[in-house]
Amino acid sequence: MIMEKNESNMVTIHVMGKSHEVPGDLTIMKAMEYAGHQFRRGSGCRGGYCGACATIYRTKGSYKLLGALACQKMVEDDMYIAQIPFSPAEKKTYDINDLRADANAFMVHYPEISRCLSCNTCTKACPQDIMAMDYVQAALRGDVSEAARLSFDCISCGLCAVRCPAEIVPYNIAQLARRLYSKFVDGPAEHVLEKVKEVEAGKFDDELAELQTLDRETLKERYETREKRL
Amino acid sequence: MSPGKSGHYFTFRPENASFKAKIEELSGENIDLCMQCGGCSSGCPLTEEMDLLPSTIIRYAQLGMEEALDSNTPWVCITCFNCEVRCPRGIDVANVMEALRQATLRAKYDRFSLDELTPEELMELPQIAIISNQRKLTG
Amino acid sequence: MKLPYYPGCTLKTNAENFETSTLEAAEALDIELVELPRWNCCGTVHALAKDDVMHYLAPIRNLVRVDQMLAEGDVEDGKLVTQCVMCWNTIKRANTAAIEDPDKMGKIKDFMEKEPEYSGKVEVLHFLELLKEKGWDTISGAVKLPLEGLKVAPYYGCLLLRPREVALDDPDNPRIIEDLLEALGAEVVDLAYKSKCCGAYHAVHLKEVTAELSHKILSQATELGADMVVTACPLCEFNLGKRQHEIKKLHPEFGSIPVVYYTQLMALAFGLNEEATAFDENTPDPRPLLAEKGLIMER
Repeated sequence: MIMEKNESNMVTIHVMGKSHEVPGDLTIMKAMEYAGHQFRRGSGCRGGYCGACATIYRTKGSYKLLGALACQKMVEDDMYIAQIPFSPAEKKTYDINDLRADANAFMVHYPEISRCLSCNTCTKACPQDIMAMDYVQAALRGDVSEAARLSFDCISCGLCAVRCPAEIVPYNIAQLARRLYSKFVDGPAEHVLEKVKEVEAGKFDDELAELQTLDRETLKERYETREKRL
Repeated sequence: MSPGKSGHYFTFRPENASFKAKIEELSGENIDLCMQCGGCSSGCPLTEEMDLLPSTIIRYAQLGMEEALDSNTPWVCITCFNCEVRCPRGIDVANVMEALRQATLRAKYDRFSLDELTPEELMELPQIAIISNQRKLTG
Repeated sequence: MKLPYYPGCTLKTNAENFETSTLEAAEALDIELVELPRWNCCGTVHALAKDDVMHYLAPIRNLVRVDQMLAEGDVEDGKLVTQCVMCWNTIKRANTAAIEDPDKMGKIKDFMEKEPEYSGKVEVLHFLELLKEKGWDTISGAVKLPLEGLKVAPYYGCLLLRPREVALDDPDNPRIIEDLLEALGAEVVDLAYKSKCCGAYHAVHLKEVTAELSHKILSQATELGADMVVTACPLCEFNLGKRQHEIKKLHPEFGSIPVVYYTQLMALAFGLNEEATAFDENTPDPRPLLAEKGLIMER
């Protein structure tokens, strides 16, 4: 299905110094493609989940440089756009088994966390409305659970790292916090381990063997009349 | 003219009035009040590590001698405020030291980098030590 | 009495014994310390450059939290209690400087646009000031195990007494920790070096310097017959206590001397249990000495 071009709502956007007329009901990403740009970097899931399309933009009349995801943010008239497809942040390597869920894990691998000024610039830059300063501070005081909880929606787009005046990379800290949380605080998913044991014990072997002998029609019927757990 | 500890001669440099003004502005102190009594230097716990005494540094600043910025004194200063308490003219000498540090740090110079610390040191040191080190020695 | 309490990062990590003993000792005195919600690192050193606004954000943000706590009714008084001396010094100085400079306060308010405006009414207290307010007689009244025979040298460090604008006691001749120790029944050993700097944050990259400075303080304490040294600052405790192995490297003849937080001695004197006194987290271990003095059970 080809969408009708909505010519009544055209806006002007400026990309890397060049101006383009684009329909006003498109996202930044679609608008740039409409204008002829081809995304080789800086595009991924197109669904607000992968963090590849980090973008800095400004609207006319405002002095503020703001951050957004190109695949989510709608264009506005006289929007000035620049892409940040990659933050060359250092990602430390560590063996999770050697760590503990405490402040030392962060201080040893990301000691720059001690430079945090509590200025909240990271929170302001975040396109996911995450309270980034709060999770960095939680990590600094060893509260791994809180840091993991607050950073749950983080997609590592890098806008916070690009703006931080203390040169911290918040999303790497969040990543470590979530890993520590799952490993040491939350623990393994018991129900999954149980199920795996059942599978290994052969509980489902007969059923599986039977399914492999059935023809397509019977399989379809079995599937459609399956017991649904709501 | 007698040499300071480092062998420098004191010279009046009126052409560096802006340097003196910058130090006064950053520190908020009137350094012309200093009468070189040496009280700050006598109370300072770290003079053995310094190449210039605190009172000498103030003299340099008074005269507009930018050599003060080459001294290690502002970096050895531990901001213990002993000097502030002792100054009979009410100068907060620690503020002047900070102004000298800022004059350098704001020109994109860091005195110490966290990269120099080993993981063992990072484990051992209390957070306030690392945080204050970074606040004082980096921009 | 429910008061807002600001722990600071280090009391939650490397100085947990300080926090534990503080909260327990406070409870024994009917003081309930309610931790600030969503608090952030205070920045530990007051921003001395006059044009600095950025480094004020951290302490002022914490003061806004106190306002919020008061508004929600979580605490009864707008007096913020801190235990870490560096935090106390930083937040108190930022508080004073910001209130006195409406221009700076305006900039801070604009920058922190999403936060409620700071009322300017929070008073920043150190735990020792709170104790003094309570009265030394009240403290003595709560003592179950007088620290008889224990010779303690109070070590103030720098930031409790300097600069003059924040000093909680006379910088040249302080008495507050001495009064506290006497109320607990201990014998006070007066050090000339009680407020001479231990080297503070030079512990990071100038280890020998802090070891030398700490050595001077500790040798004086030993010479004057002190059994142990008490301190109020986690960084002093680190330099004087945990870094004694560095002192030994420079001075092999140096004999170790225990260094504890004053709240740990309070917890001991109030008859609280091992978890409250938290001596197991101190290096060197003070327990053998305390057992010798008959103040704790032999292990």
